[in-house]
Amino acid sequence: MGLKRKDILTIAEMEKEEIDLILQTAESFKEVSQRDIKKVPTLRGKTVVNLFFEPSTRTRTSFELAGKRLSADVVNISASSSSTVKGETLLDTARNIEAMQSDIMIVRHASSGVPALLARHLKSSVINAGDGLHEHPSQALLDLFTIKEKKGTVEGLKVVIVGDILHSRVAHSDIRGLLKLGAEVQLVGPPPMIPKGIEEWGVSVRYRMEEAIKGADVIILLRLQLERQGCGYFPTLREYAHLYGLNRSRLSLAEKGVLILHPGPINRGVEVTSDVADGLSSMILEQVTNGVAVRMALLFLLAGGKND
Amino acid sequence: MTERPTRILIQGGRIIDPAHGKDALGDLLIEDGIIREIMPPDEKEGSAVSEASNGETHHINARGMVVVPGLIDLHTHMREPGFEYKETVATATASAAAGGFTTVCCMPNTNPVNDNQSVTELILEKAKTQGIVHVLPIGAITKGSRGEELAEMGELVSAGCVAVSDDGLPVMNSEVMRRAMEYAKIFDIPVIDHCEDLNLTADGVIFEGAVSTSLGLKGIPAASETVMVARDIALAELTGGRVHLAHISTAGSVRLIREAKRRGLPITAETCPHYLVLTDERVMGFDANAKMKPPLATSQDLEEVRTGLTDGTLDAIATDHAPHASEEKNRAIDHAPFGIIGLETALSLSMSLVDGGFLTLSELIGKMTEQPARILGKKIGRLGIGDIADVTIIDPNVEWQVSESDIKSKSKNSPFLGWNMKGRARTVIVAGKVIENKWGES
Repeated sequence: MGLKRKDILTIAEMEKEEIDLILQTAESFKEVSQRDIKKVPTLRGKTVVNLFFEPSTRTRTSFELAGKRLSADVVNISASSSSTVKGETLLDTARNIEAMQSDIMIVRHASSGVPALLARHLKSSVINAGDGLHEHPSQALLDLFTIKEKKGTVEGLKVVIVGDILHSRVAHSDIRGLLKLGAEVQLVGPPPMIPKGIEEWGVSVRYRMEEAIKGADVIILLRLQLERQGCGYFPTLREYAHLYGLNRSRLSLAEKGVLILHPGPINRGVEVTSDVADGLSSMILEQVTNGVAVRMALLFLLAGGKND
Repeated sequence: MTERPTRILIQGGRIIDPAHGKDALGDLLIEDGIIREIMPPDEKEGSAVSEASNGETHHINARGMVVVPGLIDLHTHMREPGFEYKETVATATASAAAGGFTTVCCMPNTNPVNDNQSVTELILEKAKTQGIVHVLPIGAITKGSRGEELAEMGELVSAGCVAVSDDGLPVMNSEVMRRAMEYAKIFDIPVIDHCEDLNLTADGVIFEGAVSTSLGLKGIPAASETVMVARDIALAELTGGRVHLAHISTAGSVRLIREAKRRGLPITAETCPHYLVLTDERVMGFDANAKMKPPLATSQDLEEVRTGLTDGTLDAIATDHAPHASEEKNRAIDHAPFGIIGLETALSLSMSLVDGGFLTLSELIGKMTEQPARILGKKIGRLGIGDIADVTIIDPNVEWQVSESDIKSKSKNSPFLGWNMKGRARTVIVAGKVIENKWGES
C-alpha cells in the first residue's frame, strides 16, 4: 500500500487508514536506526530540502537524519521569517529552490497556512513541519506511534493534554490524530489558553488539573512559551506551575502505567518537575527516537514507496 | 462611452424609484443631463420626444430591464493618492460603473490621509479629469487619522467632503469621538465609524470561533465590533450627533442598533454584500481573499444581518471596496492585508436576497440609492423630474460568472471569483452621459 497524496499538511485531512499506514511503515524503519550501519538506499538520488523559516533544532535534525538514513540528499535552509513576510519573496524563495529540482520540501513557518500556500504553487511534495498555531503533523504521528508502541493501541485510551492549547500546533495535530484513532481526549489549561469552539472537535475541557488527570492513560504536556507570561493568558510562571505543573502527587491520580509525553524542549519546574520528567513514565526521549522513524516513513511514502 | 446626445429616451423598462415610491413600466426621458419626463410606456408618439424639433435622440431599449436611480456606494477605498498600485480614481470609477454605481464616496485612508482641503481637492480634480462616475470624498475625523486631534472639518466640508470617518484606523479614544460627533453638528454631516476595538482585535486575522481554531489563526472576537457599536450609540445619545455605522457584520451589533433606533437615536447603519452571503467557513483553505475587517462571521450573524436589512435596522448596503495587489494577498494569510473588492459584485449578490425573499427589489434598490442619499443628506439617488440624470439600467436575468479578466478594478482580490451570478448593470448614465458596460467575449 502507498500514500495517495502529494503533500502532508495536516492531520485534519488524513484518513485513519493513512495514519495506520504511516505508523506501520515507521515500525520497520525504527529497526534501521538500531542497526550498526543506519542506512538504507531507498531514496538514493532524491533531494530533500529542509526549508525552515523558524528556528528549530529537534525537528530539523530529525528530518535531516531521516532523509540521510534513507540515502537522500538533504539540504538545510534557514530563512528568516522577517525577510520573507512579503509573500512574493516567500513564494519566490520556494520556487527558486524547486528550480534546483527538489523532490520533497519540508517547511516550517511562523504563519499558519504557509505550507498549504507553497503546496498549491509547487510540484514538489511539501511536508508541514509546523505552521503557526495550525498543525505539526509529524509530531502528532510520532506521539501516536509512541503511544501505540507502549500501549498496543490508541483506541479507548484517556489522553489528557495540558497547557497552552491555543498556541500549540502540536496539540491541534495531536487532538485530531488521537480522535481519529479512537482515544478519549480531555484538555486542561487556563481558560484564556483554550481556543474557542474546540469542544466542537469532540474533546472535553477542564480548568483544574486534578479533575482532568484522574484516570488518565496518557498525559501530553505542552511547552509553555515563557514570553506568554504577563500577556493576559496567565499571571506568572509561578502560578502556572502551581496550578498546572505535573508533579508526583498529581501523577498519582492517573492510571497505573500512565505515559507522559512532551514535544520538548521542556521547562523543568514549570510544566513538569524534574523527578517526573526523568521518571519511568516519561516518554520524552522515546518520542525523539521514534520521531526519526516516523519521518523516514513520511519521506519514503511521499517519494512513492509502498509498504507491502 | 458614447458622445452625450442632447436627449436620451429609455423605453419600456420597469422603472423603480424608491424615493418616490414608484415601481411601474414606463419610458424615461433625459434632456441635457436632467430627468425631463417619466411617462407610461409606448406613448412616445404623443410625448415630448416627438415634439422635440432638433438634436438627436438616443433611444435605449429597456424592455425586460429594470431602470433605477444610479447606485450610490457609501464606502469605497479608491486608494488614490498614495496607493495607485492597488487602485486609482480612474480604475475605481470604472469598476463602479461596471457595477451599476454612479456615485462613490471615497474613504480618507489614502497617503496622505484626506484630512485637509488640498487632498480633497486633488481627489476631486482627478475625479473630474479621470473619473467616469461622481466621487464624493469623505474626510478624516482626526488629523492623520491618528485619533488625537480633530481635523479641520469646516475646511473639508467646504472643499467638498460629505462626511467624516477614520475608517480603518478607528477612533479609540471615546472623548475624541464625542467631540467629533458634537463638532460635526455644525455642518450636519454624518460621522461614519468603523466599529472596532483595536485592543480586542489585537493581531487577530479572522473571526474568532471554530474556524479560527481549526486553521490556527488568531481570532477577532465578535465583541470587537459590538462594544464599539455600543459606545457609539451611547455617544450619539450624549451628543445628539448623527452617527453612521459602517459595515455591520455581527448579530450583537444588529440587536444594539435596532434597540437604539427604536429609541429614536440619530443612528444609521450599513452592511456589505459579503456579510449577507458568506460566513467564516469561506476562509477554510487559507484564502486571503476572504480576509477582511470586520471578518466574516458565523451563520447566526449572517441571519441576523439579513433580518436587520429586512426590518430596516440596517439602512444601506455599501461595498467596502478595498483593492489590494495580488502580491500582497499572496502572502501568508496573517501578513496579507484586510479587504476585498466589491463594486462589481455588490448588485448581483444583493439581488440574490430578493430571490431569497428577504426584501423586494424596490427595497433593495432603496438601500443602494435613496437610503445612502438620505444618510448623506444629498438630493441624489432618485428619479424626480428636474433631478440630475444618474440612472442605472439593470438586466435582472442575465447570468454571468465572476472572472478576473472581466474585473475592471485594478485589483482582483474577490472571494467571489468563479461564482455564478444573476443580474448585472447593463448601462449606467452619469449626469446624462451614457456608459454601456462591456465585458469579455463570453
